[in-house]
Amino acid sequence: MHIPSGFLEPQVWGSMTVISMAGTGLALKKSGELIEENKAPVMGVMAAFIFAAQMVNFPVLGGTSGHLLGSALAVAVLGMWPAMVVMTSVVIIQSLLFQDGGIEALGANIFNMSIISCLISGLIIDNCRKYNEKIFYFSVAFAAWLSVVVASILCALELSLSGTSPLKIVLPAMIVIHTVIGAFEGFITISALRFIAVAAVDKRYFFQMYNGGRS
Amino acid sequence: MKRFILLLLALSLLTAGVLSWFASSHPDGLERVAEDKGFIEKVKNPSYEILPDYTVPGVFNKFQSNGLAGIIGTVTTFFIVNILGKFLARRKKHRGSDVPLSY
Repeated sequence: MHIPSGFLEPQVWGSMTVISMAGTGLALKKSGELIEENKAPVMGVMAAFIFAAQMVNFPVLGGTSGHLLGSALAVAVLGMWPAMVVMTSVVIIQSLLFQDGGIEALGANIFNMSIISCLISGLIIDNCRKYNEKIFYFSVAFAAWLSVVVASILCALELSLSGTSPLKIVLPAMIVIHTVIGAFEGFITISALRFIAVAAVDKRYFFQMYNGGRS
Repeated sequence: MKRFILLLLALSLLTAGVLSWFASSHPDGLERVAEDKGFIEKVKNPSYEILPDYTVPGVFNKFQSNGLAGIIGTVTTFFIVNILGKFLARRKKHRGSDVPLSY
């Protein structure tokens, strides 16, 4: 869902850049207040994993592919604010180093795939940590699906505001395909989370996932 | 904790370096919609290229090129975010504030 160069008008990508810079600034500030030094490698490795997983496109309906977004996974492991830092970093690296997503569309891509998708995932997942494991996993799966669908809606809105495609054409098309891709997102997110839970040899660390980093 | 990081890093390298060979080359959701609804031709080529489309220029074997670009990206991402995380955490320590962990 990385918007390439040429799809957005300057007014649209300009405003998105301003909003995303403010959002990223807030995420950096909040993360600085929240994380302890030993969380830095966990943030690093989650970013690396999400970057890697985003390279693996899986086939969906008729000649289309999708790949993991990863914001719900990042929120589940790190909590909302550090997850936003991680997702924004991944989107920036993809754009600058791999030309995946246009430079001027960076603000819009950060807004869709990091700020809003982490915000939605955070509101859902971080509010479900106080219950049991089953509710936690269910909230993660739902957040994973919803974050992809909402990101696709935002993408469609930005395209139509830029006059690239009329809303009544681009919006339904984006929603339909990303409803399916979102289902894969839920499945991959839960699988990865299960792996991480098993891999976390220090079980105390995994427990922290349920209560949002409080040990 | 260290083992956890190494295990997840190994999984990431395996995913980017090997599993990416099997990635579907079909257009993604947005590209597909752009093709179907006729605005794909609006795409502008990037003004510069470093590792375009997850390939290393000059490496002609598609799998090697893709895998190498993936490994470079994974390692780069790990180090950048790790350093960023350390910097953010250090600021907190520096201020000496005792902010409770809550989201």
